[in-house]
Amino acid sequence: MSLTLRINGEDCVIASDPETPLLFVLRDELKLKGAKLGCGLEQCGACAVLVDGEATLSCVAPAATFEGREIVTVEGVADIAEGRRVQDAFVAANAAQCGYCTSGLVVAATALALVGRPVSREEAKAALEPHLCRCGAHPRVLEAVEIATSTP
Amino acid sequence: MSLKDYPLLSDWLTLKDGRLYVRTGKVDIGQRISTALVGIVRQELTLPSDAIEVETVRTDRSPDEGMTSGSNSIEQSGYALRLAAATLRKAATNMALARIGGRPEDLRLEDGAFQAPGSNLPLSILDLAVEVDFRQPVDESAPLMPQTDGVGFPMRGLTELVRGTYRFLHDLDVPNMLHARVPRPPHARAWLEDVDTKTVEALESSGIKVIRDGSFLAVAGPREWPVIRAAQRLSGACRWNVTESLPEGDVFNLLTRENATRLAVIDGSPRTDAPVPEPLRVVDVCARYERPFTMHGALGPSAAMAVWDGTKLEITSHSQGIYILRESIAESLDLAPENVVISYMPGSGCYGHNGADDAAYEAALLAMVLQGSPVLLKWTRDDEHAWEPYGPASAVELSAKLGTDGRLAAFSAEAIGGTFRGRPRSGPDRAGPAKLLANHYREASVGPQPGAPNMNRQGGLHRNLNPIYDIPETRFVKSLVTQMPLRTSALRCLGAALNVFGIESFIDEIAQLSGQDAFDYRRFHLTDPRALSLLDRLEAALSRHPKAEGCGRGIAYGQYKNAMTRVAVAVDLTVNDAAEIKLQTAWIAADAGRIVDRDGLIAQLEGGFLQAASWALHEAVTWDRDGVTSRDWDSYRVLRFPEVPAIHTDLIERPGDPSVGAGEASPGPTLAAIANAVYDATGLRMRRLPFTPDALTAAALAT
Ligand code: FES
Ligand code: FES
Repeated sequence: MSLTLRINGEDCVIASDPETPLLFVLRDELKLKGAKLGCGLEQCGACAVLVDGEATLSCVAPAATFEGREIVTVEGVADIAEGRRVQDAFVAANAAQCGYCTSGLVVAATALALVGRPVSREEAKAALEPHLCRCGAHPRVLEAVEIATSTP
Repeated sequence: MSLKDYPLLSDWLTLKDGRLYVRTGKVDIGQRISTALVGIVRQELTLPSDAIEVETVRTDRSPDEGMTSGSNSIEQSGYALRLAAATLRKAATNMALARIGGRPEDLRLEDGAFQAPGSNLPLSILDLAVEVDFRQPVDESAPLMPQTDGVGFPMRGLTELVRGTYRFLHDLDVPNMLHARVPRPPHARAWLEDVDTKTVEALESSGIKVIRDGSFLAVAGPREWPVIRAAQRLSGACRWNVTESLPEGDVFNLLTRENATRLAVIDGSPRTDAPVPEPLRVVDVCARYERPFTMHGALGPSAAMAVWDGTKLEITSHSQGIYILRESIAESLDLAPENVVISYMPGSGCYGHNGADDAAYEAALLAMVLQGSPVLLKWTRDDEHAWEPYGPASAVELSAKLGTDGRLAAFSAEAIGGTFRGRPRSGPDRAGPAKLLANHYREASVGPQPGAPNMNRQGGLHRNLNPIYDIPETRFVKSLVTQMPLRTSALRCLGAALNVFGIESFIDEIAQLSGQDAFDYRRFHLTDPRALSLLDRLEAALSRHPKAEGCGRGIAYGQYKNAMTRVAVAVDLTVNDAAEIKLQTAWIAADAGRIVDRDGLIAQLEGGFLQAASWALHEAVTWDRDGVTSRDWDSYRVLRFPEVPAIHTDLIERPGDPSVGAGEASPGPTLAAIANAVYDATGLRMRRLPFTPDALTAAALAT
């Protein structure tokens, strides 16, 4: 039986081996290149996607474990009102340098915005702990989260 | 330099489909150079930013501006582009006058169009440009637009980044493309004895290509995950000869004058024609500061794409130096340089010479075997951590004699360390190929070679070795140690990070010893009014934020290469019971001359601060005889979000002064400000990076 995953609001029949980590199904089979490969070890956050509204690393867990869950990649974030707010806030705060960390952070920030209340800086820092940014764009990312979670 | 080699307007600007294309040899490595360059052209021509594009940097088309490094891109490319745009505006102005008559001073240029009084027909500068002869030389005396300071340019590519549609090299996906991975030896001195043929056959029958050239191995196939699995399986089927092992022991014991080639440094330049100066005869204070091997640690591991059609090799790379890379790849493969074309495509921020060049060459090797198939090779996280050329372990030894007034009367600095020169620059004895990792392992191997010292002014280990302070008697020595256990190359700031860390910690120690205020003591030795006003600004900012209970506060000052951006940094921090440093608040005051891209400048300064904070708190490559042991983000820790302090950045505007690069200006002062704050908080002088809880505990026990 082939695997079907719900991704960005659509049911996708997956041809890859169901043991393939979700990230490679997204990037290689479905050509959704937004989520990035940074470590493949669940240590850097570059590959984060939303799974049932929670920021989730996709580089290790097999695709099969996501069956029946609602997956939203950075490409689908704009379909969520909170996600659009996050994207606008990242642009307003110039919250990237090289941008390799950006899609994972946009996803994580969307998960925070989905909580639906202002998030303190300390909470935001704790929530972004799984995400590395080597360029030092952190202050702007935190500012973007603040903008996105404070404006209703 | 750039304009001399590329004097024509068409070398810098071209017109295509109604848009203006900026040509530059500088590549966007996350420092937002293209945003700044587009901003400069925009200012000269009053164009909206979407009317301007940046052409892909390619070795067969773009101006060869050498490396994108050392924070000099704005000075070089920016200067040439400003004049090119001004030349275009002058030519278009003449054309507009020819059409509508009138005097030049009556024409107004706004939003990319000329407007003459009494005429309601705006003339678009891009329409006029169609008739401009782009083969004319750039006019170095073309009048420049009045420069508005610090306008915020929207960052190029940001909208695509947040939507996930921005394309990094890693995202390339073209028909017939093969993914590739390289199973690596356990360490740099191992070689491949044999590979289990059964495994190879099994892999090949499942559609995976296995390539071997000496000890260089690779796998390629159409789908990425099966290729990753194949590389893991192949690794398990290799027998490596490990009779040689990595040299163990404390690397800092290797960093001695006895092990080094020593050179006098005079006015910032190493000299072979001057004797190495004698040590100071009287020394009142001396100290040695040290830094371990440090990774660039790009978030995205190195990658490259290559395709070979039987004659031409096309490579896509995120290297900072695609021109020298092309030379060395051509030389390694016995190809004519014009048959190797390298185009630049962004990878993740690199902070110096990381695995990008090695990955490009490895992709090329595979492409040559897999003729006709584009090969996308990615390094793994493990590859990047264990095989990139690190920033070298180094030390700086400082000593000073004090006058009766407590001032510095004589000062000595000696930088001792491994080389920052690991880029594949061609030279005698196949020096270029020798710097490409895979050449160490191919059948026809070119082994690593000890590099010659960097003799450039303010280059390599001796960058910022001479303090920015006025001191009557000084002596400087650069000591290059060539026998080092790990491969190294250029890392952000080169020697300036350690040297400024050392000097600014040392000054702090001396000020403390002589009972003087950290600001005042620095001011005693400074006459540069811009330095003095930065210190004043920082002091004023601090006076508004009294130090909190239990906090340590430290400051530091530095001017990058003693000629570029001036930066003063202050840090407030606490040290908890577990000996962990918690950064609380940071202040950065900077003077980078005229501000081209205000927001970009702040991003560079804060990014530099945070990278240095990561160096200070965490970063050190570790290894044993069997290989590198810091192979992931757990064993090589870096700064994470919860550790990021509040940062206040204050820019001094200098509209009349030239813009100078800032990408590498803040790390040195940051390291010292943190060390000085640790001293203020704990009484411990931390002279070796990083200041981990173990290091702090050991220092406390030693007192
Ligand atoms: S790629 Fe998944 S956490 Fe790094
Ligand atoms: S912006 Fe480069 S890693 Fe975050």
